[in-house]
Amino acid sequence: MGKATVIPFGPQHPVLPEPLHLDLVVQDETVVDVLPQIGFVHRGLEKLVETRDYNQFIYIAERICGICATGHSVGYAETVESLMGVEIPKRAEYLRVIWHELSRVHSHLLWLGLAADAFGFESMFMHCWRLRERVLDLFEKTTGGRVILSVVKVGGVVRDIDATQMAEIVSVLDGIKDDYTKIMNTLLTDTSVKNRTVGVGYLSTEDAQALSMVGPFARASNLPYDVRSFGKGAYGDLADFQPITATEGDCYARVKVRCLEVLQSIEIIKELAAKMPAGDIEVAVKGAPADGAQASNVLEQPRGECYYYARGNGTKNLERMRIRTPTSQNLAGMTVALKGCDLADVNMIILTIDPCISCTER
Amino acid sequence: MGSFKLGGMTFGSLFKKPETLLYPFETKTPPAGLKGHIVIDASRCILCGICAKTCPADAIAVEKKDRTWAIDPFRCVQCASCVRACPKSCLTMDPAYTPIATAQSCTVVEVPDPKAAVTES
Repeated sequence: MGKATVIPFGPQHPVLPEPLHLDLVVQDETVVDVLPQIGFVHRGLEKLVETRDYNQFIYIAERICGICATGHSVGYAETVESLMGVEIPKRAEYLRVIWHELSRVHSHLLWLGLAADAFGFESMFMHCWRLRERVLDLFEKTTGGRVILSVVKVGGVVRDIDATQMAEIVSVLDGIKDDYTKIMNTLLTDTSVKNRTVGVGYLSTEDAQALSMVGPFARASNLPYDVRSFGKGAYGDLADFQPITATEGDCYARVKVRCLEVLQSIEIIKELAAKMPAGDIEVAVKGAPADGAQASNVLEQPRGECYYYARGNGTKNLERMRIRTPTSQNLAGMTVALKGCDLADVNMIILTIDPCISCTER
Repeated sequence: MGSFKLGGMTFGSLFKKPETLLYPFETKTPPAGLKGHIVIDASRCILCGICAKTCPADAIAVEKKDRTWAIDPFRCVQCASCVRACPKSCLTMDPAYTPIATAQSCTVVEVPDPKAAVTES
């Protein structure tokens, strides 16, 4: 074995959309140790909860991350509602889940495009982003925003989706599904993709469990943990929900799980659109959280379980808001998956874990 | 074999209508409810200041003494909280985006005094 050398990876790197720094300890082109470092996009958003009231903070919560915006606004709103004992109408729950699942489709399509680009598969990158654009158009028509939707509020949602728009969502998703299935089959059967991903960046089920991995990263290591299966809100009305898992625990398994999750999300939206109950979309929320009241909540973001904690102090401003995001969990597993890999595979392993650094640092 | 299927899709795209618009020669009609910018119907404004209190970005300033309502479009996050909070429904969200600015400035609107209008007539 040659002498160990430290190679810095990031924070600016073509494969990383966000700044993450890794010190790769390399011996003969093999990574023997990894030291991650974050802190390049910290904005102190949790602290801002002291300066904005609980209704205003939702607009800060959804700006934690552009891709997970809908998820953060839903997660925050659910936490405050549980803090104040508010029960929202069923229709609002359905609408939240529909927008959240649409954002999962757009997040996974964005990731798939970036992954294809990293493989050198330029045409697939363009096709994925072309399909993602249709989802963003749906957001634009139903909420008025393309990325930051500002459609969720404490007590429900601010806009309704009428029957015509719902039919349009279903027909657009059917169109996306046809094109997407072709893209997905191409990716999963392509020999060059398999050469880059099969057996690379392995994480065992035991390691995934011991390191508390979440999201598609854990599910690809055969850990069937998905917050959606708890049946909270509109997810409880789904006829059948089974987390998508794979047993291999390598990069290919992670690609496969994410690819299949897009189809699963499309099916969830279609099922909920068919079952959509009539009624109000919001309830009036008055007063302030009680002094010392605490609430916690979990939500399945596109990258995995996100945990929210809130504490009230008797005023309209919360005492504390804590968000533990999926990537902050998954960074530990990433260092394990990277150990022993070739230097050339590092970018592929990082990409298949899909780290979201803006969420992690807040 | 998979690559050939995608190749067929890509080849087919050559003969389809482009997914993108040739901006600025072609523009998209904004859908109803698009978050463009806030406009005020000053004749209905009562200068209560609820919009300024609700705004999470502190973008709105209401001066009762000078009878002005001002919005800083650079701070506004288009959340439409003010539109929902306004008791007189004088604020609306215009779906058109604001033109590109060359300098940072606030939009100041003078609110007419209804009492003065009665006195004049």
